[in-house]
Amino acid sequence: MSTISLTKASATMARRGTWHRLLHAPLALTALILLFLIVLATLAAPLLTPYDPNVGILADALATPGPNHWLGADSAGRDIFARLLFGGRVTLGAAALALTVATVVGVLTGLFAGFYGKWFDVFSEWTTSLVMALPTIMLLLAVRAAVGNILWISMVVLGLHLAPGFHRLTRTIVVGVRHELYVDAARVSGLSDVRIVLRHVLAAVRAPIIINAALTAVVAIGVQSGLEFLGLANTQIASWGTMLNEAMVNLYVAPALMLWPGIALGIVNVALILFGNGLRDALEDRPAAQGGKKRTTAAALAAAAAQDSEGERVSALVPDAVLRVEGLRIGYPSADGISTVVHGVDLAVRPGEVLGLVGESGSGKTQTAWSVLDLLPREAMILGGSITIDGQDRAKLPAGRRRALLGNTLAYIPQEPMSNLDPSFTVGQQLTLPLRHTMGMSRGEAKAKALALLERVGIADPERTFNSYPHQISGGMAQRVLIAGAVSCEPKVLVADEPTTALDVTVQAEVLDLLRSLQQERGMAILLVTHNFGVVADICDRVAVMQHGRIVETGDVAEIFAAPQHPYTRMLLGSLLHEREPRTRLVDSEQPLEASV
Amino acid sequence: MSENLLEINDLVTEFPMRGWGKAPFRALQGINLQLAKGETLGLVGESGSGKTTLGRAVLGLAPVTEGSIIFEGRNLATMTRQQRRQMSDQLQVVFQDPYTSLNPAMSIEEILAEPLRVRGTSRADANTRIAQLLDRVQLPADSGQRLPREFSGGQRQRVAIARALALNPRLIVCDEPVSALDLSTQARILDLFLELQEDTGVAYLFISHDLEVVRHISHRVAVMYRGEIVECGDAAQVTKNPEHPYTRRLLMASPVPNPAEQKKRREERKALSL
Repeated sequence: MSTISLTKASATMARRGTWHRLLHAPLALTALILLFLIVLATLAAPLLTPYDPNVGILADALATPGPNHWLGADSAGRDIFARLLFGGRVTLGAAALALTVATVVGVLTGLFAGFYGKWFDVFSEWTTSLVMALPTIMLLLAVRAAVGNILWISMVVLGLHLAPGFHRLTRTIVVGVRHELYVDAARVSGLSDVRIVLRHVLAAVRAPIIINAALTAVVAIGVQSGLEFLGLANTQIASWGTMLNEAMVNLYVAPALMLWPGIALGIVNVALILFGNGLRDALEDRPAAQGGKKRTTAAALAAAAAQDSEGERVSALVPDAVLRVEGLRIGYPSADGISTVVHGVDLAVRPGEVLGLVGESGSGKTQTAWSVLDLLPREAMILGGSITIDGQDRAKLPAGRRRALLGNTLAYIPQEPMSNLDPSFTVGQQLTLPLRHTMGMSRGEAKAKALALLERVGIADPERTFNSYPHQISGGMAQRVLIAGAVSCEPKVLVADEPTTALDVTVQAEVLDLLRSLQQERGMAILLVTHNFGVVADICDRVAVMQHGRIVETGDVAEIFAAPQHPYTRMLLGSLLHEREPRTRLVDSEQPLEASV
Repeated sequence: MSENLLEINDLVTEFPMRGWGKAPFRALQGINLQLAKGETLGLVGESGSGKTTLGRAVLGLAPVTEGSIIFEGRNLATMTRQQRRQMSDQLQVVFQDPYTSLNPAMSIEEILAEPLRVRGTSRADANTRIAQLLDRVQLPADSGQRLPREFSGGQRQRVAIARALALNPRLIVCDEPVSALDLSTQARILDLFLELQEDTGVAYLFISHDLEVVRHISHRVAVMYRGEIVECGDAAQVTKNPEHPYTRRLLMASPVPNPAEQKKRREERKALSL
């Protein structure tokens, strides 16, 4: 018993966040209240109206709205308001039946197929496809012809027909969740499959199912009312669809009859869709990462101003720099104004020099590199400072010239080689495009140059790689291809963002060798972003150490390794395992637990 | 060899390939390993070497095609799922990615309570144990009510370690537990692993691609390459003076955080490959 209550408690806990956000979305909340009121009104119909929906008073036939009949009466003298309320029971109840059948069948089979796969998955996939191929109305007509005009049977069949939507949705999500490490961890913790599904899998499926249910309800209502409107249902029972059917008959006599059931259907459908959208928004609107890093604009400005006044600038120290970043500040909009992630960074890279930009996650090193490349996300804001590339202040260039800088003067090597190659084009197509576009080469020239480049970056069979698609080559090869692409237009500055982090060490060593030889051969400057001090020691001439969006120390590689000045640099180097006595403490327990990692 | 906690004999793992009549992929081709009580065995190799599959096979998350995995005298490979589940208090895991190894919808307390409640621990006892565990992994006592997303990578990994410790296991399989962490965080988590071993006598099967990490934490090291163990021995010996050419290649390729030394190593590596 206690375990059941635990499961329930955890489910409500998990749900609280979403419900909470949903209740703060005005549109979704309004929709939810509206739906609730409508359902309540149909349930409480006998209390709200004295009329029987099926008993007509002939004297009142086609009565206009008034104190006796609030919304008027139909051709048989039946009260419209009463028929709307009682009819809502039938329309909404039938839709609810179809929806329940669809959800229960679809979700259960989806869970099973997704979690266990194998023959059941194959079987259910075939069945699903078959059911989806059947046209809804035809199917319902066939059922009506076979078993007669019975509403609940039609609705169960409709539910079964709508179940594949739920099945597919559930199955897809479950297949994703099944491979999550927390499901593996739960398995190792000794949880049975039933418990894993209840605790971990259902939680992930729940919200999308609710959204899908809201939209499927619209379909169910539409189909059910549509059948009645066509006169294919039992016209003896009041429902919104039957009302529409009757209104159609009297369209020229009393067009207003069409209005009321139409409005009722409209309101319910719009409310359902708004609720679905609201829930989706509530789920997507994850709260931003919390923490003490946020600063208000004012504070950031003040901090930057303080830094600006700190005497000598990099520009004075490195007069011949090919890439110069001065006082760069980057911010992102956040709940409390602007949160600044880079606070006045100064960098200078000389021609033919490799500058390492090191720091831990969240230090702002990647943001700095992206701003140099003009690749910051759209919502990012450059709050101040300048970036000068090859003597040109980028902010002062028109957009076209700015773009031209990329490729010709500035090139980029990313961290994830695979996701930076377009899977739908061959390596050759991706390599020759910039050559023809930027360098103005002909097709033949570009191909010859691309093949030469592929050979230069150490690819054994350039012709074959040239004709390969990205998924046909290994990660190491992909990185070589990207390096070939980066140097193809003979840039002066290469920005490499963790270029070897995703690679195995043996491949990393080869890629670093390649970068070094290309850099020496072409006299390129490289800005290398990395967290790996081994890589820094291998390839960099100078290092800049970043922490919390600031550069805390810059210097010659040998000097920094031999005699780090800033406490943060000392702490980082002190965390290295190299030359440490194995199986001894690495961090002095006297040292304060910085940021309590 | 009764003092061995874990004995892996001729372990073969095959994964079926997609498509009819295709030969299965042999991820592990006859692995032999022993792990003593309270010992750390480092398992090092590059991507695709099968090191993660070996760890998962021990945990019952990867199939065993041939061979045996003897844990405390009982063969894990022939156990039913029911029996496997009973082993959860002996055998635990810490995964690489602290972001996906904790259910984002569950509070820290619920995550830590899960293994305890499965074993029938009462709610009150579970709460006491959770407080102990949080203290043990040096997380603030009020962490229980918070969700994983409120914690940094290092803190999440501490939660994952606390979950693994909850039932006082004899062996924890650590699958790249520090690879996703920053340098300074890595140092603190490695310290925590060592400290916990000293206090509880737990054994680790420590999987990593990083020779330096494995050297630091392990008593013995096994090197994997293409589903086989190519070298196994004393940690210092394997990671400083390896015998197998592959291990030597691995060592030479790992950059040293010292410019002068790295230059020397680079030249040695070039000489080796020529």
